[in-house]
Amino acid sequence: MDFISILSIFVLACFVGYYVVWSVTPALHTPLMAVTNAISSVIIVGALIAAQGSGAGGPAKWFGLAAVVMASINIFGGFAVTGRMLAMYRKKAR
Amino acid sequence: MPNEAHLLPAWALLAYLAAGVLFILALRGLSSPATARAGNRYGILGMAIAVATTLITHEVASLVEIAVAVVIGAVIGLVIARRIAMTAMPQLVAAFHSLVGLAAVCVAAAAYVNPVAFGIAAADGSILGVSRVEMSLGSAIGAITFSGSVIAFLKLNGNMSGSPILLPTRHVLNGLILLGILGLIGYFLRDQSPWVFWTLTGLAFAIGFLLIIPIGGADMPVVVSMLNSYSGWAAAAMGFTLHNTAMIITGALVGSSGAILSYIMCRAMNRSFIGVISGGFGAADGAGAAAAKTDRPWKRGSAEDAAFLMKEANQVIVIPGYGMAVAQAQHALREMGDKLKEHGVKVKYAIHPVAGRMPGHMNVLLAEASVPYDEVFELDDINSEFAQTDVAFVIGANDVVNPAAKTDKSSPIYGMPVFDVQKAKTVFFVKRSMGGVGYSGIDNELFYMDQTIMLLADAKKMVEDIVKAL
Repeated sequence: MDFISILSIFVLACFVGYYVVWSVTPALHTPLMAVTNAISSVIIVGALIAAQGSGAGGPAKWFGLAAVVMASINIFGGFAVTGRMLAMYRKKAR
Repeated sequence: MPNEAHLLPAWALLAYLAAGVLFILALRGLSSPATARAGNRYGILGMAIAVATTLITHEVASLVEIAVAVVIGAVIGLVIARRIAMTAMPQLVAAFHSLVGLAAVCVAAAAYVNPVAFGIAAADGSILGVSRVEMSLGSAIGAITFSGSVIAFLKLNGNMSGSPILLPTRHVLNGLILLGILGLIGYFLRDQSPWVFWTLTGLAFAIGFLLIIPIGGADMPVVVSMLNSYSGWAAAAMGFTLHNTAMIITGALVGSSGAILSYIMCRAMNRSFIGVISGGFGAADGAGAAAAKTDRPWKRGSAEDAAFLMKEANQVIVIPGYGMAVAQAQHALREMGDKLKEHGVKVKYAIHPVAGRMPGHMNVLLAEASVPYDEVFELDDINSEFAQTDVAFVIGANDVVNPAAKTDKSSPIYGMPVFDVQKAKTVFFVKRSMGGVGYSGIDNELFYMDQTIMLLADAKKMVEDIVKAL
């Protein structure tokens, strides 16, 4: 993919983000932050490529593995804590 | 040009796109508590697809090490997620932000030392120009996110004082460091020596630290949201380096999410974003005025008085603030609500956008105490009801009910949207003592009004006493 197509995806995604986030109810702003935390750890994709061990290896691999640990904490912790919070939101029992 | 990352099979590109779309659906689900759990599952599915695709399309020589790294992360993450108290959510989120930031720095560093694996090396082994800009931006934003979030964590967790730390020349210093970072990113295009990359990353660590130390505790909702946004931009920058649509879409989503939350928080305080991040609020302003006014007459009530008046009321509106979270009074508060409902009283909860230490903090605490979310209202939806309400019960909030925001042009919070609690027939104000007035440090006219009764005690203790008296 060339730079312009990537930039196009990015700009359009910013607009999607703008409208989607405005539609989030303020009552769920804390879960929103927790889940955005979890999904921004998709950076684990880069960490995995770095940690795969091919090519020159060495320091790149260790940077990669460290990033895998950190991103995994965020992914598992982020989704789990979001799930825990969302399970607490209940309607009035009638 | 041996650009492996650009030559992924079509199905892999589509899988990353699918992951990105699932992340959009994850956020879309949060438009209502009813759909939110399904949204969270979309998010998990998207992440699984992104990880699986990466592992399948790259020759993974070190699968065992990677599996160990994931398991370590998973155990730490799950244990923290299960144990964390809901009141500690702001510092947890700050800690998570710092990890995203540091992970971004690590990935950028890995790409820098091994560009071939990332498919960003030119034929002569040097790094492509555009990739140099992307990776240095990713590293710098990641570093700012990391050190800024660490400071935010320490302040929120109480390891560091919440009051602003003001260096005399901070604006000049920050400006120079920022220019230095931008200059080095430009220079990195011409010279890819290690010192350029590491100096700019180091300067970014420093500026993250310097940017957050002057910001006071009450402005933390803005800071946490802003760092949320930065962690997104860092992920997006790395997505540009890797030409990965899942990362770019996610980065853009998270980046705009944090930016919008910061905007909402600033608007709810009637402050400019620049004003908040330049810091210093709550340091000195208004402290003198508060000291001068405290000898005016005010009424003190007991738990029995409060129980009696609330029992006879038609409607009680509870306004919780950060003080409720500190005292862990949410469960007692829900019990009080249940008792009042038994007496036929309508109970509603009113939450200000900046109540607590992060956006939506109070809503989570009330949900934790099993308060149904359809009894919880936002500022604009409930503000007109105070005139027909018998009792407003303010617990641990202060600035968000200060009438000076509407009437006193000289007040530092003038223009901030506030609850019109003074229109209620009776106002109960639960507060630890008459000294120490809110985070903005300004006095509240409401304390001295005829209809106001002060309930001076620890919030949890007071609510428990009221429950007993009901």
